[in-house]
Amino acid sequence: MRVLGIETSCDETGIAIYDSDQGLLAHVLYSQVDMHECYGGVVPELASRDHVRRVIPLVKTVLSDAGLKGRDIDGIAYTAGPGLIGALLVGVAVGRSLAYAWGIPAVAIHHMEAHLLAPMLEDNPPMFPFIALLVSGGHTQLVEVKQPGDYRMLGESMDDAAGEAFDKTAKLLGLGYPGGPALAKLAEQGNPARFRFPRPMTDRPGMDFSFSGLKTYALNTITTEDNDPQIKADIARAFIDAVVDTLVIKSLRAMEETGLRTLVVAGGVSANRQLRHRLGELSRQIGALVYFPRPEFCTDNGAMIAYAGFLRLQAGQQESLSFTARSRWPMEELQRVRYPGSGIASWKQDTSG
Amino acid sequence: MKLLALDTSTEACSAALYVNGETISRFELAPRRHAELILPMIDDVLSEAEFSLKQLDALGFGRGPGAFTGVRIATSITQGLAFATDLPVVPVSSLAALAQGTKDKADYIIAAIDARMREIYYGIYRINKQGIVELNGEEHVCSPDKVNIPESITSCYGAGTGWLHYEKILAGRSEKKLLGFDGDRYPNAIDIATLAVAAFNQGGAVPLDRILPVYLRDNVTG
Repeated sequence: MRVLGIETSCDETGIAIYDSDQGLLAHVLYSQVDMHECYGGVVPELASRDHVRRVIPLVKTVLSDAGLKGRDIDGIAYTAGPGLIGALLVGVAVGRSLAYAWGIPAVAIHHMEAHLLAPMLEDNPPMFPFIALLVSGGHTQLVEVKQPGDYRMLGESMDDAAGEAFDKTAKLLGLGYPGGPALAKLAEQGNPARFRFPRPMTDRPGMDFSFSGLKTYALNTITTEDNDPQIKADIARAFIDAVVDTLVIKSLRAMEETGLRTLVVAGGVSANRQLRHRLGELSRQIGALVYFPRPEFCTDNGAMIAYAGFLRLQAGQQESLSFTARSRWPMEELQRVRYPGSGIASWKQDTSG
Repeated sequence: MKLLALDTSTEACSAALYVNGETISRFELAPRRHAELILPMIDDVLSEAEFSLKQLDALGFGRGPGAFTGVRIATSITQGLAFATDLPVVPVSSLAALAQGTKDKADYIIAAIDARMREIYYGIYRINKQGIVELNGEEHVCSPDKVNIPESITSCYGAGTGWLHYEKILAGRSEKKLLGFDGDRYPNAIDIATLAVAAFNQGGAVPLDRILPVYLRDNVTG
């Protein structure tokens, strides 16, 4: 089965083709980040206006990259939420009408489900069940993943997402927008001993997060300290150490509570080196298996949508001609995806013959 | 000539299939339900006529102006259909469709759609000998008190939600030339189809990369 995946939930247009026998055949990503930079954040209407210019040309590109024609596609998957409603509707409408005209099934995909399934595209995929730590500019969530579509929310951010806190703190330090990656880079020159920021909500039970206080803490530190490059780097370091520490503490807690020893980390912030390093240490300490998508699939992309679409289409799910997009969409509402065996690996064997 | 037309640029949602002078259509006033309704409407008109997309000669769509999200839904749907079928596409102004729907009311039609933020989208249309409306001047987005009706216009009729919301201001701008207005008028795919067929015959189809919305309001970051 060959599935075309379409992602337009925020400021990136991602298109890909996944083949159930050959894996990922082609994927392209167009990022609008330069367009939004001067506004200091994503302008939803501009994002929607750009997607409507990009989707079809990128679909053409992936088809030609994969050496395929439209008739070679067996199904279409598109991100239907959560995200910016106007942006989502572009990808959903193009995807749904393409599927209608080609006479093939279409399926609506939950953006965060696609993120947590992204490591399944790698050569050494995780086995179900596992804990997923989803960290991006829009979300910070800990999810117990029993199998595809069977999710239990263990904790999430009460305010800012981790990536959002990165970007806001970067802005306070004059690193521009989106400054998350620049902040992480600056932190590498920082002295970890100069400042110690709090680890929010780690002193009480539960797996929820709160990062907006950290941003305020950073602001207070910036105002009271000298405007010195080294001090800025030290503040960046203290901030990132606090975020990473908090994410690690809560992930550990999720593993303890569920007894699971496999952790999947996905979303834009999962590309962060400090986080990868700390979780690597953790996996050695407690014998846990930690999985990350390759860096290009940490951020939004069409490949993860095509893959999640394949899982749902092969399970017989499809959308009617009435389509919809949702700015909010609790993961627990998703339908479980049934397949034989307990892991994708065994499922793959079951269908290859 | 067989052409499928659709429009989701305002509170209305509609699809129409034109086949050699006959039109089958669906129309519903359904704010925020375009995504739910538009493809089923398209499927309905095609099934009723027992046509498949591949048997058509062209597609027409309401390219705006109107509600941004609605205009993008029609555009995106059309892009998908056109890419899959290689059918030529004719973009049609939603203001022109409004005017076409009321063309017999006066020599000129002033089509106006409420644009929120105390502005309207408007265009002045004149009916040609073939019974097809033609734009007089340009389409605008502006405050209703900035509407400019040229002196040469002798009689006119108003159509669209701009008239519903700014009846007095617009009537004042039209003075004694105004024969009447209908503020409860919405673009309809039937008229998109008529205009698209006329434009298609004049070579008005555009390539795939020009199946795009016309917003008129381009300052959206303030």
